[in-house]
Amino acid sequence: MRKNWWKILSFVILVYTIIGGFLMEVPRLHILNETIRNLYFHVCMWFSMMILFITSFVYSIKYLNTTKYIHDIYAKNFAAIGTLFGVLGYATGAIWANYTWVTDQSQSLGSILKEPKLIGAAIAILIYGAYFVLRGSFTDMDKRARVSAVYNIFAFAMLFPSIWIIPRMVGSLHPGAPGSDSGNPALNFKDVDSNLRIVFYPAIIGWTLLGVWIASLKIRIALIRDKELL
Amino acid sequence: MKNKKILNLVSKLLLMFLITGLTLTGFAQDNAPEMADTMRSNGKIYVVVAVCLTLLIGLFLYMIRVERMVRKLEKEK
Repeated sequence: MRKNWWKILSFVILVYTIIGGFLMEVPRLHILNETIRNLYFHVCMWFSMMILFITSFVYSIKYLNTTKYIHDIYAKNFAAIGTLFGVLGYATGAIWANYTWVTDQSQSLGSILKEPKLIGAAIAILIYGAYFVLRGSFTDMDKRARVSAVYNIFAFAMLFPSIWIIPRMVGSLHPGAPGSDSGNPALNFKDVDSNLRIVFYPAIIGWTLLGVWIASLKIRIALIRDKELL
Repeated sequence: MKNKKILNLVSKLLLMFLITGLTLTGFAQDNAPEMADTMRSNGKIYVVVAVCLTLLIGLFLYMIRVERMVRKLEKEK
């Protein structure tokens, strides 16, 4: 029980996220209306994804340093849950965009989704998808661990142009594009209302802890399975 | 004595709700962005909260179940 406090914390924070997220006062904005509450769910997915990918990246470097197989297991499973959160973030974003970006000027969701930010996010997720394809194509364990650790570092490096830099250089409907005077869509203190922040910041922690929990379960199963290899 | 206190409290609460309702309809009249105020005033929003909480609790119960299974496997080895 001593070691499990963060799992309970995750549950408590997520209950707070849902209750506070639906019932607390939010700024009244045109177009967005009540959908601003998606901030507690959609944006948190990307934050969690980024934190999980950073963890995966660190373990890949650790693997290359020590060539201990356990680091490879950690790197793989954190990347897997990070990708899951990325896909969820993308899917929730598509739903949100469908109801806020599509206007009555003969636009379709298809034309809306040709967004630099969305394409960048899709590329980033696909690069991580290739990481798992690459892992699956090796039969030799040491080679798989080494090559995929190197590839994981590349995939992490590719996150920066695809989701951080390019979307900020070209116009986009997504917050964070130039011209929308919000450099960072989520952490801009001028842009995010203080009412939103008191739910939003805990929500990031809650979702991230949930992701870490799922990843830790997968890691422990992998450790049991590969016991004789460690 | 006690009854009077409760009655007093109830009437205060009712007044509070009435005022909240009035301010909300006040919002709806001018050109303010449209929000789900009806859902909030008739309490339907609690249904959404209840559904989401049920999902969350179900998800966490399942997580605990898997956690227990993994722990059991770890002990066996």
